Amino acid sequence: MSNYIKLIVLGLVVVFAAIGTNYARDLAYQVHAILVMLIAGGLFIWTLRNTDEPVLLTDRSGEYMDDVIRYGVIATAFWGVVGFLAGTFIAFQLAFPALNFEWAQGYLNFGRLRPLHTSAVIFAFGGNALIATSFYVVQRTSAARLWGGNLAWFVFWGYQLFIVLAATGYILGGTQSKEYAEPEWYVDLWLTIVWVAYLAVYLGTIIKRKEPHIYVANWFYLAFIVTVAMLHLVNNMTIPVSIWGSKSVIVWSGVQDAMIQWWYGHNAVGFFLTAGFLGMMYYFIPKQAERPVFSYKLSIIHFWALIFLYIWAGPHHLHYTALPDWASTLGMVFSVVLWMPSWGGMINGLMTLSGAWDKLRTDPIIRMMVISVGFYGMSTFEGPMMSIRAVNSLSHYTDWTIGHVHSGALGWNGMITFGALYFLVPVLWKRERLYSLQMVSWHFWLATIGIVLYAASMWVTGIMEGLMWREVDANGFLVNSFADTVAAKFPMYVVRALGGVMFVAGSLIMCYNLWMTVRKAPAKEASLTVAVPAE
Amino acid sequence: MELYTLLRQFADSWMLLLLFTFFVGIVIWVFRPGASKEYKDTANIPFRHVDAPAPQQNKPATSKEARP
Repeated sequence: MSNYIKLIVLGLVVVFAAIGTNYARDLAYQVHAILVMLIAGGLFIWTLRNTDEPVLLTDRSGEYMDDVIRYGVIATAFWGVVGFLAGTFIAFQLAFPALNFEWAQGYLNFGRLRPLHTSAVIFAFGGNALIATSFYVVQRTSAARLWGGNLAWFVFWGYQLFIVLAATGYILGGTQSKEYAEPEWYVDLWLTIVWVAYLAVYLGTIIKRKEPHIYVANWFYLAFIVTVAMLHLVNNMTIPVSIWGSKSVIVWSGVQDAMIQWWYGHNAVGFFLTAGFLGMMYYFIPKQAERPVFSYKLSIIHFWALIFLYIWAGPHHLHYTALPDWASTLGMVFSVVLWMPSWGGMINGLMTLSGAWDKLRTDPIIRMMVISVGFYGMSTFEGPMMSIRAVNSLSHYTDWTIGHVHSGALGWNGMITFGALYFLVPVLWKRERLYSLQMVSWHFWLATIGIVLYAASMWVTGIMEGLMWREVDANGFLVNSFADTVAAKFPMYVVRALGGVMFVAGSLIMCYNLWMTVRKAPAKEASLTVAVPAE
Repeated sequence: MELYTLLRQFADSWMLLLLFTFFVGIVIWVFRPGASKEYKDTANIPFRHVDAPAPQQNKPATSKEARP
């Protein structure tokens, strides 16, 4: 019966997308309509061929749902490499503007590729890592199979469709020009549907848990899912100009719009890139160190302090703007106070290794996790400092901000995700061990040195251009033109791009290592009963 | 009174008090007597049920999943 409903819905989507293809008012919408039409048409045929066929019902409540997590791990590694490559390319575009090819103007120039890079690393790489690890962690810590059966598959594939729609949209010009919230209205609607399904799977699993207590990692993951839903809905309140076009108009205006955008933007950092990844930290570091978290009491206080404070920190993005002073002072104060729970969490993660510090010498995976927590501590010190109005007057609009973002994203999010991937692949594919620990060491050093090159060059160039912009001569005239700062930044831009090359190289080594782990590493059991997805 | 002023006054007084009390309450609750013993057990959750879910006493028929 459910197949008939599916067929009706898919058929309607195909017809609607076909009409959309014909009436499309812009290229991005047209390409997306064709894409949706093909996918829905393919699913229609697939569903039709399976309708009224005998269905084998098996009781799988005695095993975890790991196949969707295996797909998630592959997607994380794939989108990671795509995002890092895009980032390295645009870093070279900044150093060598000739790479903004004339034949690709309007499609592959810096302005179009930059949101592609940010969304690919944050939402495609980070998002897939969060979905995959949250499904893994919630099952293990609840001692229950994922709730909702194939709904988890809908979450996975639905999220991939969101990524493809967002990425192609940016290149073809479908963007609402809001930082980290660029996708247009129909992509936003689709993400809302996928996200509600994600919340349902996650909450459903927690509700049917067999452990009496909800482990702290799940609190962080749940805060991430719920808050991102709220942020997404409020910041994307748009009215489409036409149902056949991608352009939409936001209902907020003026400084309210700016405030809501940075309330969204900073909490995307706070809840997507921090709370969710702290969930990873609270599960995978104890697992890899083979000892429970340093202080469970601290982890609870860490959680509540973090979510109570983070939500107010957004206005520090709007110092010296039309935003009232009291609001930006509020944001600044909360950002500085936020230092406390951030470092509380960092200490909790690091001290989990107390009594097992020798593992740092022998286990490159724990080394990766520890340096990730180290970068977390460093960027959560740098961030509050930069949010102070006096510091911000120097750092804002300069490359210092970009350096700060990358020490957080590459160092904290990237490294903890790599650590989790190295942990997960042998477990999920039932392998005795990783293919090569030496390659993990190579990855570790390439990535670390790459980040150091990146952050150091951005500090230099950021502070330099901040000082150059404010330099005045004896008569009070500005000394430097904007183009002077651009010319002065060239050497640092080359160093930054080289740092990016090293980071990409490390991630490629990781992909090869994980691939060979699945192919060549000895299996854990003689009989490998679990189906291995397409390689 | 206009809506903004009303909400602003509420946010500055009762809501602030509520959120602050809630937070302080959590900190006190975390250090309640007997918490250490309970949290020791909770902190070890990641080391249980690694390979398979906890066994069920009475299996409901609804747990079956379709595999085409």
